[in-house]
Amino acid sequence: MSAGRSAPQAAGEQSNGAALLRLDDVTVRFGSRAALDGVGLDVAEHEIVCVLGPSGSGKSTLLRAVAGLQGLDAGRVVLGGRDQGGVPAHKRGVGLMFQDHQLFPQRDVAGNVAFGLRMHGAPRAEQALRVAELLDLVGLPGAQKRPVSSLSGGEQQRVALARALAPRPRLLMLDEPLGQLDRSLRERLVVELRELFGELGTTVLAVTHDQGEAFALADRVVVMREGRIAQSGTPLEVWRDPVDEFVARFLGFDNVVDATVTGEVADTVWGKVPVPEGTRQGACRLLVRPAGVRLVGVEEGLACAVAARTFRGTHVAVQLEPPGGPRLEAACALRDAPAVGETVGVVFDSGDVVVLG
Amino acid sequence: MDLARSEVAESAGKADAPRARRGGPGRSDRRGSAARLALMALPVAFFAVFFAVPVAAIVARGLKADGSWRFGRIGEVLGQSGIQQVLWFTTWQALASTGLTLLIALPGAYVFARFDFRGKQVLRAVVTVPFVLPTVVVGTAFLALVGRGGLLDELWGVRLDTTVWAILLAHVFFNYAVVVRTVGGLWSQLDPRQEEAARMLGASRLRAWRTVTLPALAPAVAAAALMVFLFTFTSFGAVQILGGPAYSTLEVEIYRQTAQLLDLPTAAVLTIVQFAAVGAVLAVHAWTVRRRESALKLVDAAAAVRRPRGAGQWSLLGFVLLTVALLVLLPLGVLVQRSFDGPDGYGFLYYETLRSADGGAFLVPAVDAIGNSLRYAVVATAIALVIGGLAAAALTRRAGRLVRGFDVLLMLPLGVSAVTVGFGFLITLDEPPLDLRSSWILVPLAQALVGVPFVVRTMLPVLRAVDGRLREAAAVLGASPWRAWREVDLPLVRRALLIAAGFAFAVSLGEFGATVFIARPDNPTLPVAVARLLGRAGDLNYGQAMALSTILMVVCAVALLLLERLRTERTTGEF
Repeated sequence: MSAGRSAPQAAGEQSNGAALLRLDDVTVRFGSRAALDGVGLDVAEHEIVCVLGPSGSGKSTLLRAVAGLQGLDAGRVVLGGRDQGGVPAHKRGVGLMFQDHQLFPQRDVAGNVAFGLRMHGAPRAEQALRVAELLDLVGLPGAQKRPVSSLSGGEQQRVALARALAPRPRLLMLDEPLGQLDRSLRERLVVELRELFGELGTTVLAVTHDQGEAFALADRVVVMREGRIAQSGTPLEVWRDPVDEFVARFLGFDNVVDATVTGEVADTVWGKVPVPEGTRQGACRLLVRPAGVRLVGVEEGLACAVAARTFRGTHVAVQLEPPGGPRLEAACALRDAPAVGETVGVVFDSGDVVVLG
Repeated sequence: MDLARSEVAESAGKADAPRARRGGPGRSDRRGSAARLALMALPVAFFAVFFAVPVAAIVARGLKADGSWRFGRIGEVLGQSGIQQVLWFTTWQALASTGLTLLIALPGAYVFARFDFRGKQVLRAVVTVPFVLPTVVVGTAFLALVGRGGLLDELWGVRLDTTVWAILLAHVFFNYAVVVRTVGGLWSQLDPRQEEAARMLGASRLRAWRTVTLPALAPAVAAAALMVFLFTFTSFGAVQILGGPAYSTLEVEIYRQTAQLLDLPTAAVLTIVQFAAVGAVLAVHAWTVRRRESALKLVDAAAAVRRPRGAGQWSLLGFVLLTVALLVLLPLGVLVQRSFDGPDGYGFLYYETLRSADGGAFLVPAVDAIGNSLRYAVVATAIALVIGGLAAAALTRRAGRLVRGFDVLLMLPLGVSAVTVGFGFLITLDEPPLDLRSSWILVPLAQALVGVPFVVRTMLPVLRAVDGRLREAAAVLGASPWRAWREVDLPLVRRALLIAAGFAFAVSLGEFGATVFIARPDNPTLPVAVARLLGRAGDLNYGQAMALSTILMVVCAVALLLLERLRTERTTGEF
């Protein structure tokens, strides 16, 4: 189980194929606060990496540092084997899609999309062709002449994406790519983007605070906390084995308690919790994913009062009040969900129990 | 996957970006400073040669005797009770004028910013006309309104020309547009939803205005008040004509001492005093502006405009229209009326006689002055745009101490006696390598000096309002800093540039204090010609002066009307 887990800072050593982007010990300070604190990260060619973290964790600064919009206080950014120290933003050949798009208000859609091509001296005919091609790609065919002020949020997002893709950047960076869109559009676009980047073979470095978005989009997820990398791995690895309580809680797992592991059982305020084979012995923090909290008859397990239930579409999240312990969240099917006020019994599945670092 | 969780995080805000913007000093920042210094080289040189040196020369001539400085003269001059009276009057009339202008014009600013009514564009141009009229013309217009034999005298026997009220009213007339444009320009772009948000949080209408809108407007009100104070503190033509012997401002006194009494030492001391006072006011202004400067959420002005509703709003509109009619239209109307009111009834007599040179006042037909004025003004505008544009570009990004003061320095020409500058030109630019005394370029150069501050103050807010991340977006797409400026900033400020050009043009056209010293007798400008005609006795000269003034007014009005068409969305600077 622990094989898939990467220790913090181990990301720099991961190397599947040639690293297109390499960050070595990158540090950026604003006053006394370090927005980026010795960050090491590799992004391989054609890889989609999503940096995930709460606001203020340094995600956007990371992108700005790679783009050359933010000077480094220490460390280096290497792109395609070349140290980018001293290379100004406009010569780095990376694309950046800004969080709030930053479309040029005085230009129409075509003017925005063609901007990078013009900067690179592409002939006019080629520009027009590429603009049409990209607008098709992002699902806005024929929108060339529309003023950007007439676009909806989703359309602006698409134009911003087309603009960033147009000059064929070797690395495309997305800052909260879907942040301002409504849920349904976001979920649809995330799938579209993933397919699109797969077809184009684009190398992508995205940042987001939305783990759903990150997991759907990324080959690899990097969780950041206060300017440092907390965990890096495939979405599945991170999902299954959050490396510490911070990552666990950030992913939405709140069933965390102190525990003492003896053999294959952990002793907690919730009673005995089975743990997977080979778990480190002794005191630790323990996570039980909601899916691992199973509801049974009152006599068969830990008796808990149902405090609240939240419909989540595919399942119901049930808040349980165990005697003398922190609340427990259980995920159960709609038809099995108990009503608020009922008392149920709880048992734990060792498959969904994780010992945190 | 637990998507519901994301909403909590989302509402926590997106604090990364703004924080990231104030990064530490990097290599590119240093390169930026070098570029800024290069941009500033030409404006600095211009101000040194055509402003600092002439003014310094005049001061030196007044305070130096037998090769040594006589600073004792400062005390001697300031000790005279007559001079003290001038200082006192200059100060309090400027304060009173500023207060009165704000009182009368702030409702106007609101009405122009928020209400939609028929003829608004034309009216906005009309209230701006006085601002660019030569001061002599304004003085004359008010004389025709409130002076001996003036309209009020004829109707009700009321005369104000011996009272300070005539001066104050003329100053309000002059500066109404400064407040309406500076404050109204910002007001129209403030997002009304900010006030609505305050209302939803429980603030009353007045409270919401006081706590949300007023603080947002404060910098603009302060800027407008400062401008009005500067203009009235250094008021010349209007005071000279309306003040009579009883009231005299520093500027009038400097002119009197220089041109009439030939007392250069006294004039030099007064120039220094005025310079110091203006410098102090500008410093205070710079300090307050810097403290209050905050990023405002601006919206398209058109979005916030609506037709007035209810008795309160209609009567406010009525009040503003009435003040505009009485304060602006009436004096201008009297001026036009007098230009047609010949000895044989109404007619074009005064206009027709402008074409002949035998009036005696000129070596050339007075109508030539129109051509001269236009030519000079075009050249002056070009100079002002180049100098002011470079300075504004250099000052766009808030930078180190070095350039911070420069912002304010550019305003100094508005505060320094034009008489001093004009006279200074004559005594400093008369020897190689810069022997310009007999060159026509001297006039546009002096006029450009007053045009530059307008260009800078129109351009700077617009340039600064350009979101820096747009430039970053351009950079990431491969645009070099220069290219990014051209592609991002320039298109956004093109309209502001045109408006700046219009103001520089109009101000150049109306410049009097310096031009009167340096314009050659056979090449008078319109204001110089008007002043010369007014200085001579006789109905014909008076009528011709009115006719020329009317022509000048129409030229300015047409220029401003053209500008109004350009004035949309985010193009407003401070004027």
